[in-house]
Amino acid sequence: MNVVVLNEVRKGFYLDSVALMRLSREVAGSPGVIEAALMMGTPSNAAIMRNAGLLEEGTAVKGNDLVIAVKAESESAAREALDNAIKSLDKPKTQGEAQAAWRPHSIAAAVKARPEINLALISVPGEFAAAEARKALNRGLHVLMFSDNVSLEDELSLKQQARAAGLLMMGPDCGTAVIGGAPLAFANKLTRGRIGIIGASGTGTQEISCLISEAGAGISHAIGVGGRDLKKDIGGITTLMAIDAFDADPETDHVVLISKPPHPDVAKSVLERIGRSSKSYTVCFIGASEVQLPPNARFSPTLKGAAELALGHQQIGADFDANAVASRLPRNGRGGVEGLFAGGTLCAEAQVILAAAGRKVASNAAIPGVLKLGVEPSSGRDRLIDLGDDEYTRGRPHPMIDPSVRDDALRAALKNRDLSVILLDLVLGYGAHADPAEHLVKIAADRGPDAPVLVASVVGTEQDPQGRSAQIRKLEQAGFIVAPSNAQACELAVAIVQNAGR
Amino acid sequence: MTDQDRPQYQQLLARKVEVVNVGLEGFVKDLRDCDIGVVHVDWKPSAGGDPQMAALLAKLGV
Repeated sequence: MNVVVLNEVRKGFYLDSVALMRLSREVAGSPGVIEAALMMGTPSNAAIMRNAGLLEEGTAVKGNDLVIAVKAESESAAREALDNAIKSLDKPKTQGEAQAAWRPHSIAAAVKARPEINLALISVPGEFAAAEARKALNRGLHVLMFSDNVSLEDELSLKQQARAAGLLMMGPDCGTAVIGGAPLAFANKLTRGRIGIIGASGTGTQEISCLISEAGAGISHAIGVGGRDLKKDIGGITTLMAIDAFDADPETDHVVLISKPPHPDVAKSVLERIGRSSKSYTVCFIGASEVQLPPNARFSPTLKGAAELALGHQQIGADFDANAVASRLPRNGRGGVEGLFAGGTLCAEAQVILAAAGRKVASNAAIPGVLKLGVEPSSGRDRLIDLGDDEYTRGRPHPMIDPSVRDDALRAALKNRDLSVILLDLVLGYGAHADPAEHLVKIAADRGPDAPVLVASVVGTEQDPQGRSAQIRKLEQAGFIVAPSNAQACELAVAIVQNAGR
Repeated sequence: MTDQDRPQYQQLLARKVEVVNVGLEGFVKDLRDCDIGVVHVDWKPSAGGDPQMAALLAKLGV
């Protein structure tokens, strides 16, 4: 086959990653197109396109250039797809868009016009995110940095600058926060209440806040700190400030702290600070064994357990009996489990539960004690994949925005006769895909009768734009088994494979 | 200590949040749907798209 690659470079033309994804998909669907990409020409994106053979020899691009790259079966197919992409880019704005609110060109101009602005939500490409955060801090704004691929060195210096100025620096790589009911980045529509959350994990915060909200209690605020805040290099700067902030908040009675197991020195200083807090705490270090806690704190190694502790030992999904459900299900496959997760912390919780049940587990985002995929042979092990990990999201949106990241892995798993169960998560809420259940159902629609059992959990609330029960219904009608929480989906997976082994 | 005497980050939880959004435009609608004031910045990579230069300019306060 005669493969043709064509490029168009638009100088100084910026589109955000979600708009680029939509247009990329449109172009990739054109007749005769093998692969297409629309990306900003940042150094990391240029490397991705070069590795994929999508950049023509000698094409030079810069970070403020939009690059359209098409690989097609013929010159005419490539040309037609490229022309259509250019037409879409140049399409005049609709009346609604043209009449949209005034748009400043910088943080400085925005703050000058609206002095009441007190927080910057930053989600630009990682290479430019630290510069924008610095501009926001210089103007006295708190920052939530959703962007990832920011260096540890920049994170530390931004957090030190923020602390010196008395400002909160949430992130980088902070997926979720809810301040006074304002959903920042990926967050759910929650019942307001008296439980606060400090989260070094976006989907961990979402799962716990939704379980609490759906159980009838509520959340005061959820402060995100970024996935690396409790590492030795950062020393828990934002976590310690968040504890201060909750101490001063009369609307909060109890706080849940969620993180992967911190560095021991950081854990010590954070737990000491919790011991001096006027509030009671639930500490959830996913995958850690019991830690030395102050008297006002309790510990859970899982998200569901943490939500139950925060609720005063109220059991979540008490009516769900994993063994009873498993006994009614077919025994397809050879007893393997594959988890395909959009949520990194949901993947970590799955590792905790499967390993505790005696399963041999491997993961690309392995928690302590679990085999790291790709490092050693993993045959015969359950594979639990975090599809939000850098290797899957470099140059493309997170699977919570673009669920198609999971499609190929799911199609392959559905045909894998070694598997008895495929474990899945659906994350709802602001920022997430409009109908992730519909997307999953379509991918799984043509599976055979002996395909692995599809076990899912839905992270969300009834008030979310997608509606939790509507999403669950859609999955159940398509033959998925939906558990009340991620932890219970994992317990069901274990029960099914134990059943299969009998 | 009165609320006014506390550092800003301790007052954040008691204040109404007003947001400047820099990046993904989808976040703007979500905030407006929740009655949160938000201004979206028509952002383009600064310093001609050179990340190192952009970082340097931000450090210099430009």
